[in-house]
Amino acid sequence: MTSSALLTIILMPFLLLALATVLTWVERRLLGLWQDRYGPNRVGPGGLFQAVADGIKILFKQDWIPPFADKGVFILAPAIGMMTVLLSFAVIPFTMGIGIASNLNVGLLFILGMMGLGVYAVVLAGWSSNSKFALLGGMRAAAQMISYEVFMGLSLLGVVMMAGSFSLHDIVTAQAGLWFIIPQCLGFAVFLLAGIAETHRLPFDLPEGENELGAGFHTEYSGMKFGMFFIAEYAGIVLISSLVTTLYLGGWRGPLLPPAVWFLLKTGSMVAFFILLRASLPRPRYDQLMALGWKVLLPLSLLNVMVTGTLLMLRASL
Amino acid sequence: MTTLLSPVREQSLAERISERLPNGLLATQTGCDGVSILWIAATDLRPTFAALKAAASLMLLDLTAIDERERTHRDGQPESAFTVVYHLMSLATRTDEVRIKVPLGAAAPTLPSICDLWPNANWYEREVWDLFGIHFQNHPSLRRILTPPTWTGHPLRKDHHARATEMPPYSLTEDHEAQEQDALRFDPSAWGMRRHSDHSDFMFLNLGPNHPSVHGVFRIVLQLEGERIVDAVPDIGFHHRGAEKMGERQSWHTYIPYTDRVDYLGGVMNNFPYVMAVETLAGITVPPRAQMIRVMLAELFRIASHLVFYGTMAQDVGQLSPVFYMFTDRERVFGIIEAICGFRMHPAWFRIGGVTMDLPNGWEGLIRDFLHDLPQRLDEYDAMVMRNPIFRARTKGIGAYTTAEAIEWGVTGPGLRATGLEWDYRKHAPYACYDQLEFDIPTGANGDCYDRIAVHVEEIRQSLRIIRQCVDNMPAGPVKADHPLTTPPPKARTMHNIETLIHHFLSVSWGPVIPPGEARASIEATKGVNTYTLISDGGTTCYRTRIRTPSFAHLQMLPLLSRGIMVADLIAILGSIDFVMADADR
Repeated sequence: MTSSALLTIILMPFLLLALATVLTWVERRLLGLWQDRYGPNRVGPGGLFQAVADGIKILFKQDWIPPFADKGVFILAPAIGMMTVLLSFAVIPFTMGIGIASNLNVGLLFILGMMGLGVYAVVLAGWSSNSKFALLGGMRAAAQMISYEVFMGLSLLGVVMMAGSFSLHDIVTAQAGLWFIIPQCLGFAVFLLAGIAETHRLPFDLPEGENELGAGFHTEYSGMKFGMFFIAEYAGIVLISSLVTTLYLGGWRGPLLPPAVWFLLKTGSMVAFFILLRASLPRPRYDQLMALGWKVLLPLSLLNVMVTGTLLMLRASL
Repeated sequence: MTTLLSPVREQSLAERISERLPNGLLATQTGCDGVSILWIAATDLRPTFAALKAAASLMLLDLTAIDERERTHRDGQPESAFTVVYHLMSLATRTDEVRIKVPLGAAAPTLPSICDLWPNANWYEREVWDLFGIHFQNHPSLRRILTPPTWTGHPLRKDHHARATEMPPYSLTEDHEAQEQDALRFDPSAWGMRRHSDHSDFMFLNLGPNHPSVHGVFRIVLQLEGERIVDAVPDIGFHHRGAEKMGERQSWHTYIPYTDRVDYLGGVMNNFPYVMAVETLAGITVPPRAQMIRVMLAELFRIASHLVFYGTMAQDVGQLSPVFYMFTDRERVFGIIEAICGFRMHPAWFRIGGVTMDLPNGWEGLIRDFLHDLPQRLDEYDAMVMRNPIFRARTKGIGAYTTAEAIEWGVTGPGLRATGLEWDYRKHAPYACYDQLEFDIPTGANGDCYDRIAVHVEEIRQSLRIIRQCVDNMPAGPVKADHPLTTPPPKARTMHNIETLIHHFLSVSWGPVIPPGEARASIEATKGVNTYTLISDGGTTCYRTRIRTPSFAHLQMLPLLSRGIMVADLIAILGSIDFVMADADR
């Protein structure tokens, strides 16, 4: 292993954490812009250091564990949430050269696996808090995330079939001619919806559902443990956005600009799209969300797999 | 120009009641507001109400009591220590309106409950029990409603202290603390709920009093099976400040600012029925310019209140942005109100006999600009909120009730109109100058959350229409009545000789002395019918101030709407009811 690879491994988590922290500020400023107000603009240039100020504040908050909570699991849950998101980034190819294990031949499966584990963070947090609002949030989270994982996996099958590989690096390489968003538009739509549900962001933020459940699964969390859920959520947005970029938008590919810039640009637009969704849409009810998943998205993703497979077979037989 | 309620009314309903009574009426009177008051014996109460219920579709508008023990002017009234008052109203005709009074003795006053006849009597009877200590037999759950369960005494009795300074200094002993803590312990059976069904244990969820979606300090105890609500029991009283008790302490004039804070989103809308009731008692006729200014400001406040409703409703179903846009519009309304009144939310700007002062220079321009801008913004909100498919899915068919149910439960305002009944107090019994203004009554069809919201939105447009007519047709003239009881009296009339100076000094320092009598004034407030019933005993303060608020009536219906739905639907229903806890608890 070369020293540069080691450096990447060490730097990457810090970079991601910093990015997720800044993203909290970006989101608040963008929401401010779209909601006819300012958002945080006082600390540092344009309010940029607000994220730092918030980070410092949350680090020095009392780290309180409710006496009725299941202590071990209560502490473990945010750690799981944070870890699974950060680990997933290992297989993302940022450019041809930059990436930790982007050539992993089961890269996509690894990410799906990590997301599967990520559900535990929310479920365990809800369960161990021993609070009713948290429990309801955890219950919703379990149902929502497990079902949406099904469609997420299925929607990706089309991409895998077209690229002929689970390696994310190969998938980007396979998009040399045409970005997969065009042939795989159906899969893209399903993946995007499943991705929003996976990061439990508005409009699919039912596990938190602040208007109904206070703060849902992390009602009882405070201090840095809450901070970890918070940062993990924003890192999750970056993850889903970079996945969309990698799988459907041709990854680092693009004319003129350097590959890293293209990757950042595409991921950044996706992140902004996520925030725009939050600014504009209301939240469906829990059963409406599940109905959408099982009655619409599942058949659509199956159809996508079938059509893609048929076309690929036809092309091969020509 | 007759601006007060006409004192001449047909007595049809009153006559019908008196015919049915086996023992006849104890007495009949007519209040200053023209509504006939029928005194019946306690034993006749249930047969009378059963007959009334069978005879016509009447709304139990109000149910309250009066402590008569210190009242001196009781000409023509039967002897009583406490009097329970039932106010019944027909939505169809203005003539079918009657106040029924039942005299009770001082020792252990008791009456049979009428909860089985009018379901909305439930909370009203609990309130009368809580505040007056009048017991209602066969009431399903006669608990305290506004004061805490550990309270001693009944606050609206005349011998109960009115302020903390009349009591020894407060101290919390350990025993007392333990007792208070014990009273907070949750016992489902005390709330009329079961712990288990045949198959499963229920979960009890305490929604409130500080939950983001209960709009203030409102508590609902939910009995859940999964996320489905088996039963819901609302608990109110956290915002109770004794507004009615304060009315017995403040002078007629200095009570006006307290009314502002009853429905704190309604501002001067709350002054309206209060000053109208005082003016009815005093026989003051308000000049046309003051009437028009009152209507214009009340409609501006209706818009401000509806904008809060619209924005928070969208937020309750998870839409984050509309509330910011709508609060921006509301700021503009407040800008206009501040320019006219000098205050924003609670201007206390109406006066007995008129308004505080004339409109400032340039008021027309401010309002015309606003009238021009808001309709376009409302159209945008329609696209953003009302036509949003997720929003529709969350609100259509949720929390629906019929017109008949609404009348049974005393629902007025947009909640009643959403069921399809074209009923608005401004048309039913036009007060101020509403009879000279053109506006429509928006209605819904299904009585669900969506219709309630749609009615609110359309009402904003109708209010704009009314304000435009006010701006176009604002009459010239004085803004205060030329009447000795107008408060504060015009400065121009003082300083002529010693008499005028004394009169001015007295009505500024003591406040006016309002002639004895009883008057009620109702208005179509932002949320429904808001009624002030004032009893004067010929003094400088009101003997009894009764505030009938729409929020109190509307919240009572919640258990009916919430059985079998999801928690998220309950939040949508709460948002669509449009209540303010200060309005419910007073």
